[in-house]
Parts: sequence; structure tokens; C-alpha cells
Amino acid sequence: MKPDLSVSIAGLELRNPVMTASGTFGYGEEFAEYVDLETIGAFVTKGLSLRPRAGNPTPRIVETPGGMLNAIGLQNVGIDAFIEKKVPFLRSVATPAIANFFGNTIDEYAELARRLDAIPEIAGLEVNISCPNVKQGGIVFGTDPQCAFQVVTACREATIKPLIVKLSPNVTDIVSMAKACADAGADALSLINTLTGMAIDLERRRPVLANITGGLSGPAVKPVALRMVWQVARAVSLPIIGIGGIMNARDALEFILAGATAVQVGTASFINPGAAQEIAEGMEKWLAENGVEDVKSLIGALEA
Amino acid sequence: MQFKSMIISNVEVSPGYWRMRMTAPSEFPAAQPGQFVMVRVNDAIDPLLRRPFGIFDVGVHTPAQTGAASQPYLEMLYRVVGKGTGMLSALHDTDLLDVLGPLGKGFELGSPKEEKIIVGGGVGLAPLYLLAKELVKQSPVRLFVGGRTRDDVLCITEFERLGVECYVATEDGSLGECGLVTEALVRRLAVCDGTPRIFACGPHGMLNAVAGIAAQRNIPCQVSLEGYMACGMGACLGCVTPGHHHSNETPDYRCVCADGPVFDAAELKWEA
Repeated sequence: MKPDLSVSIAGLELRNPVMTASGTFGYGEEFAEYVDLETIGAFVTKGLSLRPRAGNPTPRIVETPGGMLNAIGLQNVGIDAFIEKKVPFLRSVATPAIANFFGNTIDEYAELARRLDAIPEIAGLEVNISCPNVKQGGIVFGTDPQCAFQVVTACREATIKPLIVKLSPNVTDIVSMAKACADAGADALSLINTLTGMAIDLERRRPVLANITGGLSGPAVKPVALRMVWQVARAVSLPIIGIGGIMNARDALEFILAGATAVQVGTASFINPGAAQEIAEGMEKWLAENGVEDVKSLIGALEA
Repeated sequence: MQFKSMIISNVEVSPGYWRMRMTAPSEFPAAQPGQFVMVRVNDAIDPLLRRPFGIFDVGVHTPAQTGAASQPYLEMLYRVVGKGTGMLSALHDTDLLDVLGPLGKGFELGSPKEEKIIVGGGVGLAPLYLLAKELVKQSPVRLFVGGRTRDDVLCITEFERLGVECYVATEDGSLGECGLVTEALVRRLAVCDGTPRIFACGPHGMLNAVAGIAAQRNIPCQVSLEGYMACGMGACLGCVTPGHHHSNETPDYRCVCADGPVFDAAELKWEA
């Protein structure tokens, strides 16, 4: 018997738990040659802002052992060009497209949520709260529970679509952040975003990245991500999307055991553009081989 | 496309520089000069990312014995700069590699009437051999190649065998003229008939100088760039380079991988 891989997240029915992570899969179209988009659960588009954004100077990325640091600086085409140039492609794909977005102020977040809410091709919204609040001295929304509560509340009021909040791991207590977002009306939580890190060029005595610091992703962050998913899953009743260094089906299933309902594949798509599809297929195979009829029976089934 | 490739040969052609021939699918020899491949040097997570390499040559090998199948191949010329390329240089024939490509936008060859001028520095010669192979079919080709020392001047014999006229300059004078290759380039441009067309690949400083020389004289010039990239297909946005009109207010970043690696030099922003 074919195992059932379908899951439901925040009202989105996914054919399997595998999504692609924002910023690692373009706007979907770029990967169509390598991934049959209708074999994955959903895909998340590159983070959007109200206006086009230049991003950081280069070097923007550097490899580190088992991972990579990026300081792209949220370069993106902006919401207008997104609607004009990228949305038409989404119409042709029978897989939910989730739009990731961010702002510099609470008003910008709300405005983006309103505009994305009006796009029929967008199945859901993922809000990136790992950005500085320019009106409050640059404190990162996602590192202060009150700020996070305010920004998620504003987004919630602006959309009736499924609202996923992507959490930053660069906090002392991820559970308090998760609770604040849940209280503000989030439908689901995705975690983790990248861990802030840096790399140094010893001979030049300089940071490798032009931005000095960057976000660490890849297999190196997986243990931290698993721990945070597990902590949040025990404390909050919202569905969780696990993210962090997932390279294969086994990694994905570990996140599901830790309490995730779905997963996002990020850095792996850079190395193997077909990774998301292969992971979905690999999960099905593992379930069949291990006599698991329904992937939902593994959610949070960790024996600890 | 993504394919498993078997190494046919992997040879150090000059201290620190290697040339690798590997099998390719039958469609691969249609790659344009200037396109590149992303190679995974092993299946482990360290090194994690693929490495980008210019395509040095493509072809089809026909075995001497009758009945044996002909084998399409690709070649890369690379310099050992770190862990990934170090591991690549330790591989042997029959070892397998995972390859993505050909990727990116290659050179536009121009019209047969123009004199073709190729400028290369160090391992920047990598994408220029396949280009020269195409160009010699239609026009006279001159190669201006520079390096710090004679060890950095690669594969000149191969270019000469194509009928390319080669000018060499090294910074220490150990081969050819002592100095920068751009000096020889400027002298040639002064005596060129008509408008030539320039193709360049090498260190950023050299490209910056070549772009300036071309712009002053209104000569069409294409450059092939390098960049730190994770994906090679326009998703990670790691490898961007500023376009001519780029500013923070009106961003105009181009992806080296997907919009390039070959650009019309006039499209890009250069240091004055």
C-alpha cells in the first residue's frame, strides 16, 4: 500500500510535507527544469518587500564546514514586479505557492500582507520577522516577543489567507517568541531562519563577507533546528514547519518526529536542484519500507 | 542538465593548475563558449557547495578501434585555490563527479569581418580556448595573455595550434614581455584596421583595465566574470555584480551565473 504523505497546515492541503525554503528556490520557475513542482507539497517564493531592494555588497556568501553563510541582504524585485513578472507562472502550477515577505516597519508588513492577500495565485503567506524595526532603534522584530506580537497582529488583520510566521533562532528563548506569534493569530510557525555567524580571512585580517556577519545554513545547523522545533512543538499547539540543514529524507523525517508537520528544504536545493523532489520520494520510500501508513502518525512521535 | 561524469584524465599542466577531461552527455558539446559547469567534488557535506568552472573545451572522442562507441567529453582548466579544488586535483581517471551544466550565457561571436582580440589572465584562460576554437573558423584571432610568472601562463601551445597569434606578458618578465598584458593590447589596438572585438577573462583588475581601454576607443568588449555562488542558476543571489546604472535607490544587480558569466562590458559598473 502506498503510504499517505498528505498533511494539512493552516488550512493548506499539501500532497506531502516537503516545501522549499524562501530564498533558495527563486520564484519557482528557475527550478522547473530540475524539479517537477507537482511532486512537492508547496514552494515558498523569495522574500518580498514593498519596494525593490538592492541587497548587500559582495562577497555575499562563503562556505563554512558543513554549511554556508549568506548576507544577501534580502535583495528582491519588490511586490509590483513580483505581481507583474512572477505571479503569471504560479497560475500554471497545481502546487500551493507561499509568498514570503518582510518590512522595515509594522505598516509596511501590514501593507504587504494586504497586497498579497489580494493575489489569488498565492495560497498562503510566510512572514519573515528577522528584520530590524527602523522605527524602534533597529531592534529585530523577531527577537523581542512584544515586537513580534505587534507585527504578527498587524499581518493577521490584513489577511485571511493562511499566515505562517518564520522564526529567528537568534534568541534566548524561542518558546516565548513562538507563543507571542501564536497569541497574535499566526496559523503556523516555520523555524529556523539562519543562525547569525561570521567567517574571517586570517591572512587579510578581514571578515570574509562584505556585511561582516551572515546567516548560517546547511547541515551544520540541523541539530540546533531540531532542538528548537522540539521545544516549540511541546509548548505551542500550532502546526510547525521544520527548517534547518535538511539534505535528505531521513533528515526530514527527524524533524517530523521532533514535532514538525511539514519541512522546508533550503540550502540542499543549491547543491542539488532536484533535492526537494528527491526528499519527498525518499520519505515515501522510507514510510513504505518501515510499514508506516500515514506520515501524520510520526508528527511529534519522538519517544523521549 | 545534471549528469554523472567520469574522469578521463586529470593532469597538472603548470604548478597549481590542472586540466581535467571528463565524459559528458551527447548534447553537451553544443555548449556555447563562455558557459560554465557546477561540479560537486564529492558526495559528503564538506565541501558542501558545488564549484563553478569555465568550460575549457568540448568534443567527441572517437576511439581508434572499430566498433567502440564515440564519447562526448568536456574539459576544465582549474587552479587549486582551496579545499574543493584540492580534492578535485587528487581525483583520478574513472572517478565519478556530479555535474550541472552547461550554465549561463556565453560569448557572442560577432561578425567575420572583425579582428578578434582575446585577453586572458591566469586561470581566466579557462573559457577562452573553446571561444578561440569557434572564432578561428571565421576571423583572425589574437590572444593577449598575462600572468604573474611563467607558471601562470597556460596552454599557449594549444592556442597556437589553432592558428591564434599569441602575445605573452608576465609581471616578473619570466616569459614574454615584462609588464601587464594590457600594454601589449593597447599597442595592438593602435594599429588595428577597422573595429576589432574584444573578449576577456581574468582577474578583476585586468578586466577593469580592459573594459576601460575598450570604452575609450568605442570597441565592443565582452568580459567573463567570476563570483562566489552557491547554486549557479540565479537563486542564491550570492554572485551578483552591479550593472552600469546601479545605485542603492535604483538597484541593478546582475547575477554572474544566470545573466552572465559573459557580459557586454558596457553593461557593467567599473571602477574609474
